[in-house]
Amino acid sequence: MTAVQPEGRQELVLERVETFRRRRPRLTDKVVTLAHGAGGKSSAALIDKVFLEAFRNDALEQLGDGALLELPSGERLAFATDSYVVRPRRFPGGSIGHLAVHGTVNDLAMCGAQATWLSAAFVIEEGFPIDELTAIVADMAEAAATAGVQIVTGDTKVVDTGAADGCYITTAGIGIVPEGRRFGADLVQPGDVVLVSGTLGDHGVAVLLARGDLDLEADVQSDTAPLHELMEVLLAAAPGTRWLRDPTRGGVGTVCNELAADAEVAVVLQESALPIRRPVLGACDLLGIDPLYVANEGKLLAVVPAEQAEAALKAMVVHPLGTDSAIIGRIAAEPERIVLLETSFGGTRIVDMLVGDPLPRIC
Amino acid sequence: MKYVDEYRDPAAARLAVRRITELAEGGRNGVPYAFMEVCGGHTHTIYRHGIEQLLPETVELVHGPGCPVCVIPMGRVDDAISLAEQPGVIFTSFGDMMRVPGSTSSLLEAKARGADVRMVYSPLDALKIAMANPDRRVVFFAVGFETTAPSTAVTLLRAREAGVTNFSVFSNHVTIVPPLKAILDSPDLRLDGFLGPGHVSTVIGNRPYDFVPQRYGLPLVTAGFEPLDILQSVVMLLQQYADGRCEVENQYSRIVTDEGNPIAMRILQQVFTLRPHFEWRGLGFIAQSALALNEDFAAYDAERLFALPGVRVADPKSCQCGEVLKGVIKPWECKVFGTACTPETPIGTCMVSSEGACAAYYTFGRLHKTAAGLAAASA
Ligand code: SF4
Repeated sequence: MTAVQPEGRQELVLERVETFRRRRPRLTDKVVTLAHGAGGKSSAALIDKVFLEAFRNDALEQLGDGALLELPSGERLAFATDSYVVRPRRFPGGSIGHLAVHGTVNDLAMCGAQATWLSAAFVIEEGFPIDELTAIVADMAEAAATAGVQIVTGDTKVVDTGAADGCYITTAGIGIVPEGRRFGADLVQPGDVVLVSGTLGDHGVAVLLARGDLDLEADVQSDTAPLHELMEVLLAAAPGTRWLRDPTRGGVGTVCNELAADAEVAVVLQESALPIRRPVLGACDLLGIDPLYVANEGKLLAVVPAEQAEAALKAMVVHPLGTDSAIIGRIAAEPERIVLLETSFGGTRIVDMLVGDPLPRIC
Repeated sequence: MKYVDEYRDPAAARLAVRRITELAEGGRNGVPYAFMEVCGGHTHTIYRHGIEQLLPETVELVHGPGCPVCVIPMGRVDDAISLAEQPGVIFTSFGDMMRVPGSTSSLLEAKARGADVRMVYSPLDALKIAMANPDRRVVFFAVGFETTAPSTAVTLLRAREAGVTNFSVFSNHVTIVPPLKAILDSPDLRLDGFLGPGHVSTVIGNRPYDFVPQRYGLPLVTAGFEPLDILQSVVMLLQQYADGRCEVENQYSRIVTDEGNPIAMRILQQVFTLRPHFEWRGLGFIAQSALALNEDFAAYDAERLFALPGVRVADPKSCQCGEVLKGVIKPWECKVFGTACTPETPIGTCMVSSEGACAAYYTFGRLHKTAAGLAAASA
């Protein structure tokens, strides 16, 4: 870059950074901080060092949205679990109850499975209004009915005032993966196409605004929705689908980074193709947050072979949950393990893993 | 929003780049032009839109001291943490200040240890928290240049009006002109001009920069924050060289006036007073470069209300943030860049905020050549 500096040294430093970056992140912290829950590098470090270390087995080591398990009959089960601690518990477009069902249904859908059964466990703070609990549970029932899944077992724990913030929900789910279905980063090839099923960042921004800490009003609804049908629509149109994820916490940016690392490819996104609603973009611009890292709760991100991409897109846009579907990028061989964004402005930049929660900038 | 789109138009960008390439042909006596963007917001725009690799080799952008988070010295962060850990205190801070390391930990870690640290988006939010928690003492960690200082001032005026007594401000507001002078006075300076800080100038106007061409013989163009603003400002700087001019110009005239915002300036004077000197991370002590609350607002001044350690902590030896801030070295030339100092384990403040020169370079600038090559291949 600089004519006065010896070129070689910069290359060396860049290489050093690159090797460093390829190492799985290491856990150096003494206590758990919010960054460990944000889905970025810190989360990966915590999972590696604490959980994988202790539980190590083949199914877990896939680190997918859910585990794939083979029954003696030869049938394959997908099994997933997730906890929900959103604040506020009710926001435009949904509630913690909807999320608790959709989240697990979607984790299973991303394994190619229709969720059949869910469990639900509640941690409730003493003093929590029964009315609100009833409303949350009604939302769960409604969401389960739409997703065609039954909640068949559960648990309730009540803790002292202050020991929890209102109500936390954990759900787990099981579904059968039809024969012949297999997705994985190892199937992804240069030339493949990256598809998303709609606008980015709606959920994260809706929740952020609903917290009311910001003097900002915008009409943004959470996109929380079950993706099992859309997944089937996609697979029918693009049976060669290589890889599927729902970009929840950490957003499309984080999920693409995981894809690039696992598949050892480059993911090249086009900024001008990213579907983002005006108010979401406006709020993100104001807060200095990149919409690529903002959570979605009703979108799927797929890698499909180039020749099936058009068919997939055509099929998805007619589904009510996929009207804003778009081809947003492609897979390239180089530079390995990197997510690039071709900016609308004509530049190119790297989209890296986030270190912790996206913290708003001050100016 | 249409406003914004005009300033992100790729066709206009190509035109501007062509003009830059023509004007910068051959560099300045064979060496690339080095322009410093003063403001962290500019750095962010430059990386976010991939502007560096749109520029020809003959123009180089140097990231300046305008990231308010990056310039807070460790001792002040320690003070903030000690405030946060006082019993009964709710400590409020902007998000990107939370990860900045003090000598032993950060606010985020203090929070994890049990301190009541809350992220706010504006000082008014902090005041609201104070009014909602009358039995707690709420302290706001005020950082930023003349851009954010007025909102702190307005908040203090409101607090006094409303008779709120449990609210105070730990002021770390800084001013932009003194560090610019400090940079210009540095003997190893190698700069050919400045992209002036757009946001700050909306408050203080363009006049205060007159000394840059007059005393130091370098042009300054106040620049906006959209990607095209940056390119246009570079064109304007180069045009000055081509015309043999050297002056303060205003690219951001849709927002910035020569006089700035007299109302905001008046409010600042009502609430703040200049400190005799203030330590800047990497740059050392700079005279009259920061704002403290004045006597009238003593009752709201956390520095007077609480006992603070106030210990000066030297920057780590390996830290070369000062040189990076002055544009003397590029981030990658720092010995610990990318090894001991990374966004996960920042040693210097330039690595902490995403606007810090080192973090920005680490996140977006790496492999820029590969990226550029790929973009060229796919174009
Ligand atoms: S790499 Fe770290 S220590 Fe070196 S200048 Fe940058 S922030 Fe400072």
